Order: sequence, then C-alpha cells, then structure tokens
Amino acid sequence: MTRFANAFAKGPALVCFITAGDGDTASNLDALVAGGADVIELGMPFTDPMADGPAIQEANLRALARGTRTADIFRIATEFRQRHPNVPLVLMGYANPMTIRGPEWFADECAKAGVDGVICVDIPSEEDAELGPALREKGVSLIRLATPTTDAARLPAVLNGSSGFLYYVSVAGITGMQQAAQGSIEEAVARLKAASDIPVAVGFGVRTPEQAAAIAKVADGVVVGSAFVEIVKQHGDSAPGPLQDYTASLAEAVHSARINA
Amino acid sequence: MTVQSPNSLRSYPDESGHFGQFGGRYVAETLMPLILDLEKEYRAARQDPAFQAQFDDLLKTFVGRPSPLYPAPRVTEHFRKLAPKGKGPKIYFKREDLNHTGAHKINNCIGQILLAMRMGKTKIIAETGAGQHGVATATVAARFGLPCTIFMGAKDVERQKPNVFRMKLLGAEVMPVTSGAETLKDAMNEALRHWVANVHDTFYIIGTAAGPHPYPELVRDFQSVIGTETRAQMLEAEGRLPDMLVAAVGGGSNAIGMFHPFLDDPEVAMVGIEAGGHGVDTDKHAASLTGGKPGILHGNKTYLLQDEDGQITEAHSISAGLDYPGLGPEHSWLHEAGRVRYVPITDSEALEAFQLCCALEGIIPALESAHALAALPQLTAEMDEDKLLVVNVSGRGDKDIFTVAEALGVEL
Ligand SMILES: Cc1ncc(COP(=O)(O)O)c(C=O)c1O
Repeated sequence: MTRFANAFAKGPALVCFITAGDGDTASNLDALVAGGADVIELGMPFTDPMADGPAIQEANLRALARGTRTADIFRIATEFRQRHPNVPLVLMGYANPMTIRGPEWFADECAKAGVDGVICVDIPSEEDAELGPALREKGVSLIRLATPTTDAARLPAVLNGSSGFLYYVSVAGITGMQQAAQGSIEEAVARLKAASDIPVAVGFGVRTPEQAAAIAKVADGVVVGSAFVEIVKQHGDSAPGPLQDYTASLAEAVHSARINA
Repeated sequence: MTVQSPNSLRSYPDESGHFGQFGGRYVAETLMPLILDLEKEYRAARQDPAFQAQFDDLLKTFVGRPSPLYPAPRVTEHFRKLAPKGKGPKIYFKREDLNHTGAHKINNCIGQILLAMRMGKTKIIAETGAGQHGVATATVAARFGLPCTIFMGAKDVERQKPNVFRMKLLGAEVMPVTSGAETLKDAMNEALRHWVANVHDTFYIIGTAAGPHPYPELVRDFQSVIGTETRAQMLEAEGRLPDMLVAAVGGGSNAIGMFHPFLDDPEVAMVGIEAGGHGVDTDKHAASLTGGKPGILHGNKTYLLQDEDGQITEAHSISAGLDYPGLGPEHSWLHEAGRVRYVPITDSEALEAFQLCCALEGIIPALESAHALAALPQLTAEMDEDKLLVVNVSGRGDKDIFTVAEALGVEL
C-alpha cells in the first residue's frame, strides 16, 4: 500500500501545509506530525505566487529572502523522509521552479527525496506534458486540483493521470481568504467521489476545528494552510509548540469523524 | 479571413495555443474553463461580420484610425549623413502616437471590451505599469459604461501620478499593489488573483500579447491593424513593401501588431528592440530574449529573466512600458525561428534618440518608441539609400517628460 493509501485508509485525514524555508522548517514539520498531521504539503517558494493570498505570499517572500534554494527544499524533504518513513509528503508550488531544469530532473529529485506527490498550481490538465509524464514515470503522484468551476465535462480530463488524492479547492479564489458554504462542499464532494476512486481532500479557507470537523464528515481529507503559515509568521523560531497544539486541535476534529462514521 | 498555407508563419498558435514550445495555458484550474470559453467566444466573434464592423467603426471614429505613415525627412537625412556613402534608407514612422489616448494600446482595448460584452461580463479589470494600458482600458470602460478596476504597483502609482489621475477621471478604480517589488509584474499577479475570485462576472483585459492562450493571439489580431495599414500605406506611397520594420518590445503587442501581416514576406526584415537598461551585461535590464531563458509565468511559456532555480528576477528599464521580465510567446518563437532579430538598446541610447526625434521631426515619442528609434544608427548604416525602413512610433511621450527631465538633470 502506498503512503497515501495508508494515510486515507483510516478515515478522514488532516493535510497540513507550510512553506519550505519559512522559519525552522524541519522542526515545524516535526511539530505537524507530532500534532497528528496525516499528510504534509510542503510549499516551494516562488517569487510570483499568483494563486496565493497575503499570508502564503508573504511566506514565499520570507523564505526566498532567507536564501532558500530548490536544493534546500529537497534536502528538507530527504531528511523528513528519514525521520518520518510513513508520512506522505507532497511538494506544492508553481510550474517554473519545478520545470526549469526539465521535468525529468524534478521527478528524479522527488523520487530520490522520498516525495510522494506533487501539486502544481499552474499546470492544468491541458499542459500535462510539461510535468505529468515525468512524474508518473518515476512513480510520483500528480495531485490535481478541482474547483467550483470544474464542470462535469472537464472532470474526466482533470482526473486522467492524477493519483494520490484529488484536491478540491472549495472556493473560486486564492488561498487564505473566504470559506465556502458547507452545502456547496457536500454537493461538490459527492459529485467528485462519484466520478473517481481516489480520495478527495477539501481545502481553501479552512481555519477552525469546527469547519474541519464539518468537512471531514463528507470528505476524505481536510487541507489547512494559511492558518499554519500565520503561526509560523507570528512565532518565528518558536513556532513548533503552537504549531503542534493547533495541529492537535484540528486532528482531533478531523479524526473524530472516523469514530462517528 | 484569409486561408493560411500549412507552413505559413502566420498560422500560429496551433490548436492548443502553442507557438512551437512557447505559449500555452499555464493557469490555475479555476480559470481554465473561462479561458476555454473566451477562446470559443473569440472564434465566434472572428466569424461574425457585425463584430468586425463594430471594431472597425470604433477604430475609425473613436480612436482616429488609420494612423498616418509619415515619411520622416530630417531623420532620414540625419542618418544618411552619418552612414557610409550610399547607405541610409528612407525612414517612415507609423504614427500610433496619434491615436486617442496616445498609444497603440487602445486598439487592443476596443477589441477586448467588445468581447467582454459579447460574453456578458459586466466588470472589467486590467493591470498596468506606466499607466498607458490602464488609461486605455479606463477609456473604453467609460465609453461602454462598465465599472473598471486597474491594478497598478504601488511604486508605479507613485511614479506615474498623472496617469493615475487620468484613470480616476475616467471613472476607474485604481488599486495600488503592495506585494513583491510593487511594479508591473506584481500588478499582473494581483489582477490574476482578483480574476480567479470573480470569474463569473469579470473580464480581464490583458495589455500585451502575452498571458494564457488565447490572449497572445487575440491581442495580436487586434493590434494587427498596425501592420495591415502599414502594408497598404507603403504600397500606396512607394508601390512596394518596406525592407525593414522596427518596433520596441515590452510584452510585444505593438511589435507583433506591426510584424504579423508581413511574416510571410521573406523580403521584409524585422527587428524587435528590447530594453537594455544599464546594459545587458549588468543585472539592470529588461531584455528577456538577450538575457533570459524559457520558463513559465503569467499563463505562458516564454523567455524570462530568472535565476537558475526559476525564480523571476526584477527587470529594469527607464521606460515603464518595457519594464517587465518576460515577453509574449510569439516573439520567443520568432526569435528561435530566426524570423525576427532582437536587439537590446540601453536607457541612455533611448534618451538620446528621444531628444533627436523631438528636435528633428517635432515629434515627442514615448520612451518605449524611443528604444526603437535608438536602433537606427546601427540599422541604417548597413542599408542602401533606396531601401525603405518603418519605425513603429507606438506612442507619444507626454507621459514621459518628467522621467526624461529627471534623467537629464532638469528641474521642472
Ligand atoms: C507607447 C508604448 N509602446 C510600447 C509599449 C510596450 O508594450 P508592447 O510591447 O506590448 O507594445 C508600451 C507599454 O506600456 C507603451 O505604452
């Protein structure tokens, strides 16, 4: 069984995002795992994070200002994999840093570092050739995004070639801003699950344990990002403690849906 | 529509929006359905004689087209004197500076707002650097009564106060963008962020021949009126096609608009002028073809200024309209195909050409256009006297007088 399959097998999973190079990333990742994160998304900083709201934009720029390079991100990933052999690790970011040395190079580095999956915000299925084939060749999952604007006619193309899980972006917008109405999430997840056999995780705008618990009742996973990134900003090098506490509160909310299911 | 032969240079992009390896649709999934819709609607509009008729009529009655093809006698004479004996072509200016709002930008804005209304969109957004595209967009939005928001880097808002006030007079809301370096690239990021959250009712009028497919194609098509007119005007004036076309390349819309109708005429040479800033051997320039390499940004694959990790580096040019770390994908492709030659011109060369044009022809050119004019010393020295060269004077320089005064150390 893959790490992804394992992580989603027990019931709804908590997926936690932080930006690589923002703060003490290794300790922050350990805090997320200790708090009960089931899947880790590690953001690759980019100078032009077009799909992100202010919190993650600033995290990108902080990481770059500290001199974070692509090689550092793969080092962080490699060491994470040594410390946490079973927790799925996803790299999330933008096309240019991922493809600049060629997709084969990137896929190879992911495989060597023990990265399980990749989310690339600005490569839709139409441009799959840019990255998808290289990742699949190396056994790294390409995790695609589905959104409220992804209609039934498009969905098969989005699902084709994707694996690991499907990330449902619950609002048309950028990270960290609005929160979608629960009703619309339920409807969308039902539609997505009917069309696919991979787990569906829901994110964008999720902050509180209450929200996370509500989503966990209908989806296979809950993704939280900006709220973590804000904790890193606020606490700097002493972020691990607050990160772990906050993760634990979300994990409890998400995992309680397992028992009640 | 003319039927293109399969090996025509004018038949690109291909069905998936690529010019060779360049172009494409590198956007978030949320935008993808809208981009596909836009393409469908654009295809339909192209087939619709009423759409074309309305576009042509507005260009004539609102923009003031056709713009003149002006034989520039004193500039011609000046460069003939400097050139080796028998060299120094006859120089023409394509006068886009005489358009309403003072640049070629309005051609594209007219086309896109007609598309927006056709698609039933009720709100307009745009990015702007110097404010020229912002002013042109605010102008067409006012003309058609649509609310309009212009995203502009906070630094540019500060540097370009007159244009900010123009936009406000025209009824636009100007949103200063405080992320990143607070210039054009960041304004484009912010416009994309706003668009993603408002796709249902908002149309994004992109200001140059770049961005996700079909923007590079449709902006080029709307701007091709420049080249189509030039062709007819030159045939009428000289009975033949020009030997060389010269245009400044920021995102590339005035250049591709001038070049595209001539791409299949091998006897017409074309030169695109990039902003060389302090020099392409420094880190302060905006010459993405000369100093960059292919990458993905703002929806398309194209040449970009970037480091070895694919992080985008800041551009620099004295001309705000050329101050962008990329360019439209069709130029990247024409560059690699060798059909168009791209040459960098520095800030100081552009400043010199700016003054020369004012003094010799009584025309104050935009600093962008001054980059094209600044290539004349090197280009004219190699061309025989009986050759014909056209410079695209893409805009007028009223907007630039403060920048030029400062660069020349003059206090106003
Ligand atoms: C007068 C003028 N020329 C040229 C440009 C550069 O844009 P493009 O390369 O799209 O023509 C601008 C952009 O603001 C402009 O205002």
